[in-house]
Amino acid sequence: MKQLMTGNEAIARGAWEAGVAFASAYPGTPSTEILENIIGYKEIQSEWAPNEKVALEAVIGASIAGVRTISAMKHVGVNVAADPLFTFAYTGVGGGMLLVTADEPGQHSSQNEQDNRNYAPFAKVALLEPSNSQECKDMAKAAFAISEQYDVPMLLRTTTRVCHSKSIVECEEREEFEPIAYQKNTQKNLTVPAHSRILRAKVEERMQALKEYSEACPFNYIVEGGKIGVVTSGMSYHYAREVFGDKATYLKLGFTNPLPDNLLKKFAQQVDVIYVIEENDPYLENWIKSLGIACKGKDVFPAWGEMTPDVLRHALGQGELPVKEYDKDKIVARPPTLCAGCPHRGFFYELGKKKNVVVSGDIGCYTLGFAAPYNAMDTTICMGGSFSVGHGMQKAFDLTEQDKRVVGVMGDSTFFHTGINSLIEVLYNNSKTICVILDNRITGMTGHQENPGSGKLAGGEPAHEMDIATVVKALGAKNVVEVNPNDIKAMRKALDDALALDEASVIITKWPCVLKKMDLAERSAWGNPFTTKYVVNEDTCIGCKACIRSGCPAISMNENKKSGIDASQCVGCGICAQICPKKAIEQAPKKEVAKI
Amino acid sequence: MTKSILLVGVGGQGTILASKLLTIGLMQSGYDVKMSEIHGMSQRGGSVSSQVRYGKQVESPVIEKGGADILVAFEKMEALRWLEYLRPDGKVVVNDYAISPMPVVSGVTPYPDGIVEELKARAHTISMDAFGEAIKLGNAKVLNILLLGATVAKMGLTDIDWNKIIADNVKPAFVELNQKALATGMQLVQG
Repeated sequence: MKQLMTGNEAIARGAWEAGVAFASAYPGTPSTEILENIIGYKEIQSEWAPNEKVALEAVIGASIAGVRTISAMKHVGVNVAADPLFTFAYTGVGGGMLLVTADEPGQHSSQNEQDNRNYAPFAKVALLEPSNSQECKDMAKAAFAISEQYDVPMLLRTTTRVCHSKSIVECEEREEFEPIAYQKNTQKNLTVPAHSRILRAKVEERMQALKEYSEACPFNYIVEGGKIGVVTSGMSYHYAREVFGDKATYLKLGFTNPLPDNLLKKFAQQVDVIYVIEENDPYLENWIKSLGIACKGKDVFPAWGEMTPDVLRHALGQGELPVKEYDKDKIVARPPTLCAGCPHRGFFYELGKKKNVVVSGDIGCYTLGFAAPYNAMDTTICMGGSFSVGHGMQKAFDLTEQDKRVVGVMGDSTFFHTGINSLIEVLYNNSKTICVILDNRITGMTGHQENPGSGKLAGGEPAHEMDIATVVKALGAKNVVEVNPNDIKAMRKALDDALALDEASVIITKWPCVLKKMDLAERSAWGNPFTTKYVVNEDTCIGCKACIRSGCPAISMNENKKSGIDASQCVGCGICAQICPKKAIEQAPKKEVAKI
Repeated sequence: MTKSILLVGVGGQGTILASKLLTIGLMQSGYDVKMSEIHGMSQRGGSVSSQVRYGKQVESPVIEKGGADILVAFEKMEALRWLEYLRPDGKVVVNDYAISPMPVVSGVTPYPDGIVEELKARAHTISMDAFGEAIKLGNAKVLNILLLGATVAKMGLTDIDWNKIIADNVKPAFVELNQKALATGMQLVQG
């Protein structure tokens, strides 16, 4: 059966067809939809883990216990999970294990651009690189048997365009995998040095055996054409074909650690010149050069961003396709913004007004607090890092007698990810950093995945709901306050109280994300939010634009120089009404709301 | 020969459903199809695009600058933002409708005048009030299917049974409304 699938859907399908029984992941663009789609396959036990390290550890355990397993994460997530990965590479697998790393050339939704192919030779694991959805399915499916045959964890590297592009996939049925009966084997699975030294040597033997596999692997093949040689992998293969067409002969590499030396040498003999086209690092290029084969790579093509056809044409000196000239002054930027009704708005509105405050930010929708009109963020480094980064800043300011107070900001899912360690750092080391947890009851940015605080499992079943205030108090935090961020007076007081203290405080803002899907019980527990609307009384409005400074996309100035609220966007958070100095913004009567 | 359709708009306007139906229709009529979208941060009220390519064998799922046969804009300023992706002989279908981005909302800069005129001066452009037509049909949300109708008419893809594609992929209660929207979109560009 043929189906149009994204790469992420196809990876999920491949894992299902291969008889995978257990899956765990932490959401992160562009990897999120892999587990979201696996959840739909009822034969697979699927879980959201609090972070990538824990996800990989759970998957390692399930592999050792004898079933086929998969984990998926964004490129920076693999950094978090690197510790267990490197040792699992020594023990090898029980049931086959596949780790998907979804890299982001071009940084569409990421804080950095890193080439996780480098992890494969570094950790000494096998590497697959699909170019389209069919290959995503085929490679994900084939990975488990390779993993078991060579006793090796498999790494599959995709990129944003592979993950989120749709192409046609030939689907097959699921083949059940007979679980391997567990047998205690400490020499394999318990890595005391005496065991690990023996495993270390075995790893080299395994990689040698995999080198032979790579030479004959059906994912590494030559596509005949002209005398120009192109060595390529991943989405770059299709980009290169767009530019070179049949003028080139391609060495299309899909199994890229270990690389097939003999195939590379054979290919070099049949072409006049070799271009190595790959996204991010000169991973293939450096290896090819180490074999003494001359090639053109990053001396021609950029070392960053996507190798789209226009980039390749430009780098090759061919010039781009002809483009229209027009008046670009008529284009106004359209940056992403906090939604109308976003519970982060009241917090950032108040925080942005504080003087001598330095804000240590984190990874989530709330990173947008850096932008105008709030301008309420100074740094963002990594997931869960805002409190500990803030702690270091605060210590340095104190040591150098700079009158600044640090506020760390992160979300609920981020707190459970690694933010909890970040808070322990603050509390243990007597920091006076103010720690704010923006609890919007869901993992927002990546599209609403459940987390340990949301009270539901990945598939929607009820779960033990970890209460952040209870967790924080158990860690020893003394000054803990929960506040409704839509009540800006209460929000202001919480910040003022924390700033007045010479020790750490934890502020938990608690209100659901405006886009969160809630059942009737949850909706009513929050007092049926997002069902009211506000309107401007133009007779009272003085056009002072104070409400505009809330940064709400539903409010703008109209032709009469009065403020106006777009009824289709307003969900009645009431922030603007609280800001208005003339009380010109009022809740619309219930009858009126029904009409809108 | 691979053809390229670029659908652009603002997050929440329904470009994703329109491109989904488009790709299903193309696949079922025997074309190789690829489609590319970007998810994540850029979606939060930002500029969005769906890039659809079809033909005998499609390589890149991404449309490069100067590569689109048709640019379908769900919002007018987005048409201008993406115009350099159009081939010199390409066509534009634009919904004459403005959604103010944050710099306009916050009063930093006005929403530019004369966008549709600029488009018409630069490319073969069909401007329509898809929003108003959708409201006339009874639901502003069907503007995406209306624009899909305009797209398939302009690309000569009317042999495909789009009514069946809608029936197979849209909730039963909305099938008839969406089919009407499709027909309206087709008529608007053929007039």
